[in-house]
Formats: sequence, structure tokens, C-alpha cells
Amino acid sequence: MNGFFDIPSDLQHSYGGLIAVHMQEALVPVLAGLLLALPVGLLCVRHGWLYAPLLWTSTVLYAIPSIAFFVVLIDYTGLTQLTVMIPLCLYSLVVLVPAVVDGIRSVPEETNAAASAMGIGLARRYLQVQLPIAVPAITAGLRVAVASSISLVSVGALIGNQGGLGNLLTTAQLYGRPRLAVSSVVTTAVLAIVIDALLVLLRRVLTPWQPPSGRAAGRSGATPADPAAHTAEGAS
Amino acid sequence: MNVLNFMQSFFSDGSHWHGRDGIPQRVWEHVQYTAAALAIASAIGLPVGLVTGHTRRGGNTLAFLAAGARALPTFGLLVLMFFWLGLGIVPVMIPLVVLAIPPVLVTTYEAVRTVDPSPVDAARGMGMPEARILFQVEVPAALPLILSGLRSATVQIVSTATIAAYVSLGGVGRYILDGLYQHDYEKVVGGAALTAVLALLALLLFWAVGRVAVSPGVRRRRTA
Repeated sequence: MNGFFDIPSDLQHSYGGLIAVHMQEALVPVLAGLLLALPVGLLCVRHGWLYAPLLWTSTVLYAIPSIAFFVVLIDYTGLTQLTVMIPLCLYSLVVLVPAVVDGIRSVPEETNAAASAMGIGLARRYLQVQLPIAVPAITAGLRVAVASSISLVSVGALIGNQGGLGNLLTTAQLYGRPRLAVSSVVTTAVLAIVIDALLVLLRRVLTPWQPPSGRAAGRSGATPADPAAHTAEGAS
Repeated sequence: MNVLNFMQSFFSDGSHWHGRDGIPQRVWEHVQYTAAALAIASAIGLPVGLVTGHTRRGGNTLAFLAAGARALPTFGLLVLMFFWLGLGIVPVMIPLVVLAIPPVLVTTYEAVRTVDPSPVDAARGMGMPEARILFQVEVPAALPLILSGLRSATVQIVSTATIAAYVSLGGVGRYILDGLYQHDYEKVVGGAALTAVLALLALLLFWAVGRVAVSPGVRRRRTA
């Protein structure tokens, strides 16, 4: 393991610095995507006809390879982190919008009716009634989006120095040092697993009424424990 | 609108249409990579997902495995495998398969597990053996969801197979990377457009398969 944390100086970052850059480039876009998906998802539930064209558009964007996206964006945003973050944000939408939509749709009609009967307005109903119930579906989507975002940041290394830990990969090829590639892959995977675990923890904190493991309600059949588990995966 | 201009000049350039670096050849290579990766991922993901979904056991293990597979960075895995295994198709297949297994596996499991239990119970009550219950009751009912998992995996493979070009293989990613190194945006945009078109064709293919393979009763209930 000696040398695992030694980074060639031309990367201009320490091991920790690369991790920080990587996390920033991976998580900020998903966060932005979530902030976008919350209102957009609500709109899609309200106006059903919006949903299909929106899904198609995001699927086409999703099909454009990240590297091509980066290269085209260089013209507009230069060799900055923004060039990496914009495509990642768009990619996250393809998972997050369906997750939010499914989450809101998983709210039982009676619950909505009860909220209205109690005189809760539409905005408050969305924020205080529907969103908390939608948390399991949304976190399921977030887990997929974050994992893919963390993996995709590495591709940014191909357009220069914008790949976070992915820069180790291009450097490894340049100098013929496989150990740097191992270091990049292992570190990225560990980061993804840690963030994933944190998201699971967050869901448990936010939904104390749910059984700790998502499958307990599964046998009852009529109410699948995790309505977004499949839709988030089959997003496109 | 320079992106559209790039696209137009890329596709109208006659030299892009034949030879070893021609569009038909590159598209064919891309389709081959995609089909191979999808076939391997399905060969692993479908049986495991069907059996675990049928028995309704091992969901947590599957979710754990899927999260682990998703955590492996695709591009990093490609570079690493290229170091370890050298030039060839295997270093490209491994990351693509790792990428495609989680959607196939998790969706298949969820699809079979959430099939309406009453027809399944009825079939069991009539004395149907478990294998026939799985293939004649559960799979037909779960087919739309299973297909959606395969579809999502396919779109991801099509888009990601472009990285094969980074380790000197073909596919439409060739245009994107060559364009990047030659500062020839025309090629980059052309390659990206070809990838998007291939992904759309894949979506179309899955829609057609769904029309043919999904039984009319199941389809009607889903759209209702």
C-alpha cells in the first residue's frame, strides 16, 4: 500500500484535494437536479400530458455520451468545473423526475383528501404532506443518480484536468503506473458506497414510521414497500 | 446554432460514409459492443432476478450487490482492466456489463416480486409446478417492467460504449475521441448525434418488442 496516497505533482492536488474536487463535481449537480426535479415533478403530476414529452427529452439528453457533452460545452463554459457539472445535472434529471413523480403518486388519495379537509393549502400540502411520504421514492432515485454522477465525473479527465479522481486514470496511462488507476477506482468506489450509506441513513431519519428495512411490507403484495425501487432503475 | 451546423457538415461529408472509419462500420461495431454487453448482463441478471423475485428472498442482498456494482466507476474500471488485461474486447465488456447488471437485476427482481399475488396463488392452488408458475404466470405479468429494466440498461450501454474508443477500439466513440484530440468539433458532434440516434433506435426496438411480446391483457391493464 505504500505510495497509495502519493499523487504526481502535475495533478496540482493532494489525495484529499482530489476527493474534495470529485465530491463537489459529483454532488452539486445532483443537488441542483433535485431542486429542479421537485417543482418539475409536481408539475408533471398536476398536468399529466407534460410527463411523456419531458421523459423523452431527458432520455435523449441522457443518451448523449458525457464526453461528447463535455467537449461541446467547452465552447461555452471553458475548461471549468461547470462544464462537467451541467451534463451531470441533466443526467440526474432522468432519474430524479420520475422518482419525484412516483413519490407524489404514491401518496394515498385519502391522505390528500384529509389534508384538504383540514384546510391545508396546496403549497403546504406539497411540502408537509406529499413530500415526506415521497421520501422513500425520492431517496431511491437519489441513490441511483448519485452513484452514476460519482462514476461519471472521472470522464471529465479526458477534457483536461476536470475529472477529480479520474485525473489519476489519465495520469496512470501517461506514466504507465497502474497503481494510480487502482487508487482511483478503489477511492471512487469507496466514496460512492459511503455516500450511498449516508443516503440510506437519511431516509431512515426522515421516515421514522417506516420499518428499518424496506422489504418488510413487501409480502402484503398490494402495497409494495418501495414504489420507486423499480421505476427509478427503469427511468428511461 | 453551430451545433446543428457541425452536425450537417459531418453527415454531408462523403468521406465519413465509407471505409474502416466510415459511419456504417463504426455503427456496426457499436451495435456489436452493445448487443454483447446486454447479452452478458441479461444472462447474469435475468435468471438471478427471476429466481429471487419468485422466491421473494434475497432482496436485501440484491440491493446491496446492485449498490456495489453501481459504485464501481465505469471509466476507471475500463482503464484498470486495460492495464491488467491489455488490448482487446474484454476490458471494454467488463465495465459495460457491470454498468448494465444493476438495472436488469433490480428491475427483474422487483417486477416478479410485485406481481399481483392472487393469480400466482390460484396457479399454485391448481397444482402448477413452481417453474411453470414462474414462466407462465409471473413472467408474462411482469414482462413490461422487466423490459423497462432491459431498456434502461441498453440506453446506458449505448451511451457508455463510446469509451471503448479510449482503449483503441472502434464504435462511434471513435469520432468523439478523435474529434477531441484533433480539435475537430464536427466529429465530436457527429459522434454524439450518432449515439443519440442509436439510443433512440434501441428505445424504438424495445417499444416494438413490448407490443409483440406483452400479452394484450397485461398491456390493457397497464395503460388503464
